[in-house]
Amino acid sequence: MARSNKPIVWGPFAAGGTLTAFLTPVLILLTLLAALGHAPDLLAYDRLHAFVGHWLAKTVVAGVVFLSLWSAAHRLRITCYDLGLRADTAVATIVYAGALGGTGAALLYLARI
Amino acid sequence: MSRKPYVREMTWRWIFRHPRYVRYMAREFSCLFIGGWTLLMVWGLKQLADGPAAWGAFLEVLRSPASIVFHVLALAFAAYHSITWFNLTPKALPVQLGEEFVPEGVISGAHFALWAGLTIAVLYLAGAF
Amino acid sequence: MSERAVELEVLRYNPETDREPAFQRYSINCPEEWVVLDALNHIKESVDPTLSYRWSCHMAVCGSCGMMINGEPKLACKAFLREYSGVIRVEPLAHFPIERDLVTVIDDFMEKLKRVKPWLMPGEPKTLEAGEYRQTPAELKRFKQFTLCINCMLCYAACPEYGLIPKFIGPAALSLAHRYNKDSRDGGRDARRDEVAAYEGVWECSFTGACSEVCPEHVDPAAALQQEKIESTVDWYKEHLMPWLKK
Repeated sequence: MARSNKPIVWGPFAAGGTLTAFLTPVLILLTLLAALGHAPDLLAYDRLHAFVGHWLAKTVVAGVVFLSLWSAAHRLRITCYDLGLRADTAVATIVYAGALGGTGAALLYLARI
Repeated sequence: MSRKPYVREMTWRWIFRHPRYVRYMAREFSCLFIGGWTLLMVWGLKQLADGPAAWGAFLEVLRSPASIVFHVLALAFAAYHSITWFNLTPKALPVQLGEEFVPEGVISGAHFALWAGLTIAVLYLAGAF
Repeated sequence: MSERAVELEVLRYNPETDREPAFQRYSINCPEEWVVLDALNHIKESVDPTLSYRWSCHMAVCGSCGMMINGEPKLACKAFLREYSGVIRVEPLAHFPIERDLVTVIDDFMEKLKRVKPWLMPGEPKTLEAGEYRQTPAELKRFKQFTLCINCMLCYAACPEYGLIPKFIGPAALSLAHRYNKDSRDGGRDARRDEVAAYEGVWECSFTGACSEVCPEHVDPAAALQQEKIESTVDWYKEHLMPWLKK
């Protein structure tokens, strides 16, 4: 029986699942506060620009974006299969490419900040 | 005696066969909200890079009714993801101290405590209160 | 002993005459404390001798009488009638082909059970004179719960991934592989990896967790599979990213 290469895609999924479990709710809470018109101080342009301008913050943001998108993509792949979409290779290619594309875009924008 | 086994086909409707499958699908659908919100933040990074006016426009979009509805849903699904994830963590990462295994509730409890601490710390550092 | 009237709706299938299964209703009177298996036995003895199903021990040990009771995989000998109201719907275990009535075809599971090499493969073979393989209570505890499986296949009937992907080795067989992998006396982990770490192995599991919820012996197959996933992942990264670790 051929051993699977799933660990390549599962490793970042598990890491991302853990990271998003700890972090995503509070981050959504921050933008929800902004959506309700009570934007936290950090979301003021000058503060956020200075904060994200630091190389360490950029690294962290890029890591969070990648792991969040990757774990979401992997789950979406499984969900498609669960719901009867049998073209797993095509689905996998699309969702993982989407996650990498989103991360690439984030890297480009971070480089300009 | 002839054999003629009957195979029952499985359609997508299995997700409604039992409440546990509905809960499972809700957990899995959290990916749409976590992924969607993250993509929204990638766009936010672009607006931040484009300057104060673009960032202001981004905050304006956040304040739209559709965005508020999305945020409320996203927060609920993200929290559901966290709860299910931490509840299942002790299964994947059991801890044996001496002879006995640490009770599952202690391991997930530690994760919930850390989650609460992190949430408060981030809110504080972001100046939410 | 108080009696109660019970309505059972049983899925019947006769491979010689039926094109597809159909429900048949049985109305019986029976003691309050009966389980579903008692009711089936009563029907077979005094109402309809053609009804087919498997059972043996009547005490949740043999694992033969697994069936869907109101949509939930259950041992019929552990399903008390008093816990149900209205018509009780009895069907053969989901995800398995139906041989006849409540009897399923279990060849697939039996074959998978063998494939994971569920026996001790001593790491360092000893002669009889060298004595027994000793184990501490802590080492025993590491795998004890995974030895409790009675092969009733309720977890396969609960697992949507097995239903969707029949090639999936599935919860019980993979948990048994995990049981031997975790045994301090065993050295067969590498030999089992070809099955456990295969596409059809732990990687088809999506951690629905249903297997553990329906397991009558609290084996917790979902835990076994996640632990094997993590270990397979560590193996993979070690092999591909740190080849110098290879012996």
